[in-house]
Amino acid sequence: MLNVVDDTVNPVEPFLRTDRMPHIWCPGCGIGTTVNSFARALIDSKIDLESLALVSGIGCTGRVAGYVKLDSFHTTHGRAIPFATGLKLANPKLNVVVYSGDGDLSAIGGNHLIHAARRNIDLKVICVNNLIYAMTGGQTAPTTPGHATTSTNPYGTFEPAFNLPHLVEAAGAVYVARWTTFHVRQLARSISEAFQKKGFSFIEVISPCPTLYQRRNKMGDGLDTMKYYKEKSKVKNGAPTSEVGLTLNGEIAVGKFVDRDRPDYQSMMRAQYVESLGDLYVEMTDPEEPEMECVCG
Amino acid sequence: MAKGRVSIVVERCKACGFCVEFCPTHVLELSGAFNSKGYHPPHVVHPEKCSGCDLCGMYCPDFAIYGTKSAEAKSADAAKDAKAAGGEK
Amino acid sequence: MKADPDGVLTGTHFIDGDHACCEGALAAGARFAAGYPITPSTEVVERFAARVPMVGGCFIQMEDELAASIALQGGVWGGAKAFTVTSGPGFSLMMEHIGYAAMTETPCVFVDVQRGGPSTGLPTLPAQADMMQARWGSHGDYEIIALCPNSPQECFDLTIKAFNLAEEFRVPVMFMMDEVVGHMTEKVVIPPADEIEVVPRKHTRKSVEEYLPYATNGDMVPEMAHAGEGYKFHITGLTHDERGYPNMTTQTQDKLVKRLQNKIRVAADRICMVEEDRLENADVVVVSYGITSRVAQRAIDMAHERGLKVGKLRLITAWPFPDKKIVELAARVKAFVVPELNLGQMVREVERAAAGKAKTIAVPHAGGGVHNPEEILNAIVEASRC
Repeated sequence: MLNVVDDTVNPVEPFLRTDRMPHIWCPGCGIGTTVNSFARALIDSKIDLESLALVSGIGCTGRVAGYVKLDSFHTTHGRAIPFATGLKLANPKLNVVVYSGDGDLSAIGGNHLIHAARRNIDLKVICVNNLIYAMTGGQTAPTTPGHATTSTNPYGTFEPAFNLPHLVEAAGAVYVARWTTFHVRQLARSISEAFQKKGFSFIEVISPCPTLYQRRNKMGDGLDTMKYYKEKSKVKNGAPTSEVGLTLNGEIAVGKFVDRDRPDYQSMMRAQYVESLGDLYVEMTDPEEPEMECVCG
Repeated sequence: MAKGRVSIVVERCKACGFCVEFCPTHVLELSGAFNSKGYHPPHVVHPEKCSGCDLCGMYCPDFAIYGTKSAEAKSADAAKDAKAAGGEK
Repeated sequence: MKADPDGVLTGTHFIDGDHACCEGALAAGARFAAGYPITPSTEVVERFAARVPMVGGCFIQMEDELAASIALQGGVWGGAKAFTVTSGPGFSLMMEHIGYAAMTETPCVFVDVQRGGPSTGLPTLPAQADMMQARWGSHGDYEIIALCPNSPQECFDLTIKAFNLAEEFRVPVMFMMDEVVGHMTEKVVIPPADEIEVVPRKHTRKSVEEYLPYATNGDMVPEMAHAGEGYKFHITGLTHDERGYPNMTTQTQDKLVKRLQNKIRVAADRICMVEEDRLENADVVVVSYGITSRVAQRAIDMAHERGLKVGKLRLITAWPFPDKKIVELAARVKAFVVPELNLGQMVREVERAAAGKAKTIAVPHAGGGVHNPEEILNAIVEASRC
């Protein structure tokens, strides 16, 4: 029996723009897997989907915005975080998720990443890290481990890679976790935890890019990579982020590394204005109801 | 009576093999049949072992498979949850 | 719709153009700005930062112009009227996001207080050399609206107009000031709020099931929704169809990009504002804008004292360019004289529209100061001899 037709529904289905299936991701790519964990987190944390907005940048992971049935914004390369900041400040009631890739968030978007973390803007950032620029054909990313082969380092990379958890912790993030696409349930749990937190949360998900990163580096296909994640991941909750850097084919430290509390940007802003202006301070008003304009004649 | 059941959306499958590999009770295998894109979708070889855990669904990058618990399994879960909640009082 | 009185500083003020621009934005209903400091524009957002916490808005100074130019758009989709302010080098950085605003039809205002360029140029001195960039700076085919105030009073009045046009056409509007207009202090009269007309957001009234983010009817401008209202819409900078979904085919591209242009072009008559003086019997018409128009006025008056028949056409709207006006005048005048604080930008448009029916004489200036009226007078005299 190959195609079971019944009245059950895939739990992730209500979160998808089914009119846009099938998606463009390659066989064995892990991005779709991360979407399952995201959907699971939405269900478990009972988030009001109508006040959730998802912002992505450019790249394979950036395409997530187009496939989820939420208010979603596919913005420019590297600029999902500032767009999300504007969204959140104009409507503080929104729950804003940034869903983007490692190149988008840490290369061209790097400046915005560190400033949003510094400010502790209340954003939940899901960074799918496939260690490469996938959409454009497999170029070196700031996260590509040393001595990997890419299209712009055809003789092997020689730059050190960013340790993203370390970077965002240093910049000020209040929640930092890393999982791989093998850790589907833990990832869902981390995303749920991030939803309970106010401030800048950053969840890195290591994911296969079988078409480019794995293929060029003779690491097999998506399944081989998932098996490598299963074998080589070590859960190290609370580990110092300075020690969780990635190497080519090396151990992958996963877990929740940082979970701390400090006031988020809007709380600090409010406190400062109240202290300086007292009663004169008027908070950003809710967006008004659509103006009832007469449409007759 | 199996505790769960697998549903497969054959046309979405790209035969990545995640579901086959990570099903905890090895319910699935890639079949010899083809979908219209030429991929071998999985099929259920041990239906009686399915617990309805939906790990296949969680792993599938193409939203092509999912597991659901049977009615009995769901009510057993609910009873367990209620008992745990009661014990915490 | 009338302006929200909370944002209207009714009264008679003695302020500079930058400050008046800020007041115009507040009067128009702007409650969100994202900025980055750059001379000579910074005062606009400095004043906004001081005013807006008391009128229920928010200002954030972002880490660079790339962030500012997109954060303001997040603010728009979150429900606010929003703008940013910059000068040449920042304007260049913002180009990608001006294109994004045009493509996604995000109503917003970009203020460029022009200074000497290129590159770092003359941070504290005027130029008008970003005029072509305002129209063509981003990649691809798109259309924008650009306004040029020539006084602090106009910095107030026309900023409101800029926001109104942005909302009406769902387009980014370029507010092309220059360093002199921005830093000159003059009388600015701000009327009571109920005398200020403000265009509200073209918000959809359709149900969640019916609403399509980019469906349009006759006016080619789609209805908008905001994040958080339950519409669950998708917005992308990729070529998209009426559902907002990426649809990268030649047919969709043709339909979309042409509509983005035509929604402005078919309304050009309504959008184009000019100031005319003594054009009826003119032999020569001086076409100018911004601070140069103030100097040109002196030259025109001097020319009249000599008995020359000179008319004035001041561009208040620079883009879309008021082709029709030039075509009509070219048929009966000898020449156009076009002084600008650049080495020839809007003069190209005049020349193009005149199509050889009248001569076009440029009066360029590399920037850093304003013309000497004599330079413009000499060109008028030369033009009269044609």
